[in-house]
Amino acid sequence: MTATPLADGGDGHLPDGVEPRTFDGDQRLATRGEPVYGEPVQDGWRAWDPGRSKLGAMLGRGVETGFAGGDTVLYLGAASGTTVSHVADFAGPTYAVEFAPRPARDLVRAAESRPNLFPLLKDARKPATYAHVVESGVDVLFQDVATRGQGEVACRNRQFLADDGWLVATIKARSEDVTGPTEVTFGHVVETIESEYEVVTTERMDPLHEDHLAVVARPR
Amino acid sequence: MTGDGWFAGCDAGDTATGAEHVREGRADAPADWPARAVESGFAPDEETYYTALHEACVAATRDEATEAERAGDQQLVHAVRAMDDCMRTANELAERLSEWAGALFDADGGGVEFARAVADREPTTPDEERAVSLAGRVVDLADEAADLEAYVETRAPTVAPNLAAMAGPVLAARLVALAGGLESLAKKPSGTVQVLGAEDALFAHLRGHASSPKHGVIYTHEYVRGTRPADRGSAARAVAGKLAIAARVDHYSGERKPELDAELDERMATIRARAEDDEEGDDG
Repeated sequence: MTATPLADGGDGHLPDGVEPRTFDGDQRLATRGEPVYGEPVQDGWRAWDPGRSKLGAMLGRGVETGFAGGDTVLYLGAASGTTVSHVADFAGPTYAVEFAPRPARDLVRAAESRPNLFPLLKDARKPATYAHVVESGVDVLFQDVATRGQGEVACRNRQFLADDGWLVATIKARSEDVTGPTEVTFGHVVETIESEYEVVTTERMDPLHEDHLAVVARPR
Repeated sequence: MTGDGWFAGCDAGDTATGAEHVREGRADAPADWPARAVESGFAPDEETYYTALHEACVAATRDEATEAERAGDQQLVHAVRAMDDCMRTANELAERLSEWAGALFDADGGGVEFARAVADREPTTPDEERAVSLAGRVVDLADEAADLEAYVETRAPTVAPNLAAMAGPVLAARLVALAGGLESLAKKPSGTVQVLGAEDALFAHLRGHASSPKHGVIYTHEYVRGTRPADRGSAARAVAGKLAIAARVDHYSGERKPELDAELDERMATIRARAEDDEEGDDG
């Protein structure tokens, strides 16, 4: 990994281009780019709100994600572009797939000022509809889709990932099963992911993101 | 074009064609598209390729999102209003017809079913000819209403997935129509959603000579209509609260959130348990 240890004693898990900065006296992670959702900005750095972004929360906790900075990224479930705009600030070519038209409009707005961000209105369950656009061998496959079959989505999109790449998925228990115990639901999803990947870490994301599990994995 | 990238048969400067390929194209598997694009002469280098890709993706996604929205809530509003107009007019004409045809054919009945029977008759006099023709119009209107309802049922889940799932497609469409659009419905407080469609009763209440209405069109929801009168106010409040949230999620996010339905189910179970408790109390 090429992540640089931080001068302020950071844990070295932060990708290049993501730095803790001080906003109004608080230390917060930040990236450099045009503001997107009304976040605080200082000297060109935009605060990354861990309560609105699962990836922001993971990096804030020091979870090893495989993001190094300058990576090629396929991002599934980009929604209105809150998180993916930060990713595009520090990563290389970033393909952002979103299924719903309404958030996609905001995603397009975030992409306009970011030449390396490619918004795609596509269904992450049907990779054939964007395999003619998204390149093979991406470094990180990030997934945040609130649909049933989140494990399947990770497996079907394995084809885009480089053999030494990383899967970073946030699994939402209530999208799979509204009433069942979350632990059981997570177990099923992780099991599905393990058919194509070697799981490196799993971590519950409470309290910032309730009933969510972060999964970091490498392709088999 | 299952083996080609989006740039095949397209100039780097031609964003419109590129965007169309991004939208319509497919491939069985990804490939190193940037390298292939340079090899094929689409772009002199990868930087130029990514610039063209960015322009094509932004244009494709912007156009498709706009089209999807344009086709959205306003179409639903027109459709559900037209459906109600067709149904109301069909019933009105059916009444007129039953008066007329009842005298002509020595047959009794009313409504659309009666009109169907009359429409199948062979007229033998000029009077009968007019009555049978009118019956045909009634049947056509009723059929149109049914077609419009089928259309609403397929459109509503696309426009407002959570609202349609929770309210049923037709009630969802009525709420959107009463508010004037999904955006204005999303901006209404739940107390307003609760009485949408009961404006006459609401204004009578505000003028001070009636009690406040407990529900508007949400009365047609099983959770309101199927709850005993004593608890219907609570049920209407619970249903309206969740429908208001569903409308906001549909407008601002557009993602389906099944947990919303579950929360309403849970709340309704609590409200309906009161009736059971009372019954047990009576027994004891």
